[in-house]
Amino acid sequence: MSSHPFRDVAIVGVHNTVQARRLPEHDSTSIALIGALGALADAGIAPHEVDGVVGPDCAQIALELGLGPCTRRPSSLGIPTVLDAAALITTGQCDVVLVAAGGAGIHTERTLTAPWTRPTNELVVGYGLFTAAEFALMARRHMLTYDTTPEQMAVVAATIRTNGHVNPEAVYSGRGPFSPSDILESRMIADPFHLLDCAMTSEGGCGVVLVNAERAAECEKPLWILGGASDSFGPAYTVAPVWDFQPRRDADPAGMVGAHAAKSAFAMAGLTPVDVDVAELYDPFSFEVIRQLEAFGFCSPGEGGPFVADGNIGPGSLLPVTTDGGTMSFSHPGINAQQLQRVIRAALQLRGTCATNQVARAEVALCSNGGAGALFCDVLLLGRERP
Amino acid sequence: MSLLLPQPLSVSTPRPSFRSEAYWEGCRQHRLLYQQCAVCGYRGLGAFTVCAQCHRTSPVWEASAGRGSLYSWTVVWRPPNPGFRVPYAPAVVRLDEGVWMLSAVIGCEPGELHDGLRLSVQFHPASDEITLPYFSPAEEGHS
Repeated sequence: MSSHPFRDVAIVGVHNTVQARRLPEHDSTSIALIGALGALADAGIAPHEVDGVVGPDCAQIALELGLGPCTRRPSSLGIPTVLDAAALITTGQCDVVLVAAGGAGIHTERTLTAPWTRPTNELVVGYGLFTAAEFALMARRHMLTYDTTPEQMAVVAATIRTNGHVNPEAVYSGRGPFSPSDILESRMIADPFHLLDCAMTSEGGCGVVLVNAERAAECEKPLWILGGASDSFGPAYTVAPVWDFQPRRDADPAGMVGAHAAKSAFAMAGLTPVDVDVAELYDPFSFEVIRQLEAFGFCSPGEGGPFVADGNIGPGSLLPVTTDGGTMSFSHPGINAQQLQRVIRAALQLRGTCATNQVARAEVALCSNGGAGALFCDVLLLGRERP
Repeated sequence: MSLLLPQPLSVSTPRPSFRSEAYWEGCRQHRLLYQQCAVCGYRGLGAFTVCAQCHRTSPVWEASAGRGSLYSWTVVWRPPNPGFRVPYAPAVVRLDEGVWMLSAVIGCEPGELHDGLRLSVQFHPASDEITLPYFSPAEEGHS
């Protein structure tokens, strides 16, 4: 008998609502609810079976779906919400847990960058810091240390944006295809990031349903959590993003955030990076994908740039990355939903039902959230086989 | 040519918190302060109330000589709000006292920025109440 901590939890329902630049009929909670209902329908589970809701809108979802009394966990950000939901089930607190997230009606003042990109902390706000600049300050150190180039970063952006171009469900479907020179010729935002090196903004919702193994036996194609962990070095966008910030002398510095989480997740799964068939990496900026490939052990420190330039992350390659177009092209509805969408895409890859860029016979998928500029990074490994 | 300059008044003004009143008062007097643990001497990242090394609760403010080296930078052309004057260069500066701080480099061209560039602090008003420390390339003989 396996002693895997998540042996008795399955992901049985996933759903993305329509994603668009604007969804004027919705706010964040209403579109999260549509995502929740879609995920339940996908799972073949009736709303009244849900006895736990996880996510920033959990209380309103409990109210509107008529779930009371039920358990709530107002945690946020994709992978941690899935791990919290799984923990509610493994500890017997819940049998059927709904995770939902949405973003709509938040980014309304279009002369400004999106509100979630603009930190208000007193030590950074006066210098015009925003997420692109924060991530650029991390990327610069990598460029100085390893000679990583804007051309290598452009390969990442061109690959992911072309993945979105071919995806009819992506907000920027049909906008490409993109070559690295298209990325490099777009206007500069925060050096080394051009416009097309950066995530876009959009609106949309999504949901995931997790159940215990007993209930999963009645569901089609249950998927399993093989490993998961999170790293944080502090609050995002509050202190200087310093690659070499190393509060624990026996651990990696902040520039390698996610390395510890990946080691933990792989250890829990009993797997190594070569076992991963598809990597749904969180892609707020092109460089972050290069960094994560190194931090998660897909290549050595400093090898991420050559790894992507050598053609290892596109469709049909060694490690297809962010196959739906990610936050650059598929959708980026704010703080939460686009993080959960990495988990959803990983699940669809393992089911083998992606309409575009389906990885043949994918058995193990890695997904990630966050990034060095935000001082946190989460890693989740999903598989077709029960651990 | 795009000389890096301080930002216009009131484009984005910090709101001091109880953690940092001394820091902003120092800036008003053109003195750059940093925090240090009074017990073990640890110099942290950002404003803190507990030492991340010995976990005592007695940080004190010390005066920096205002010199350091450029550790990382970006050059921003699309600001978070249109009031910012572009280009500007947010930067992480490693003070000679061993403290990392976020600031911005002014007084040179973006092309002059390089790893380890010697810098010295310069104070500029951000509003009627707030003075903001920037860094500019240090003059010969002082670095």
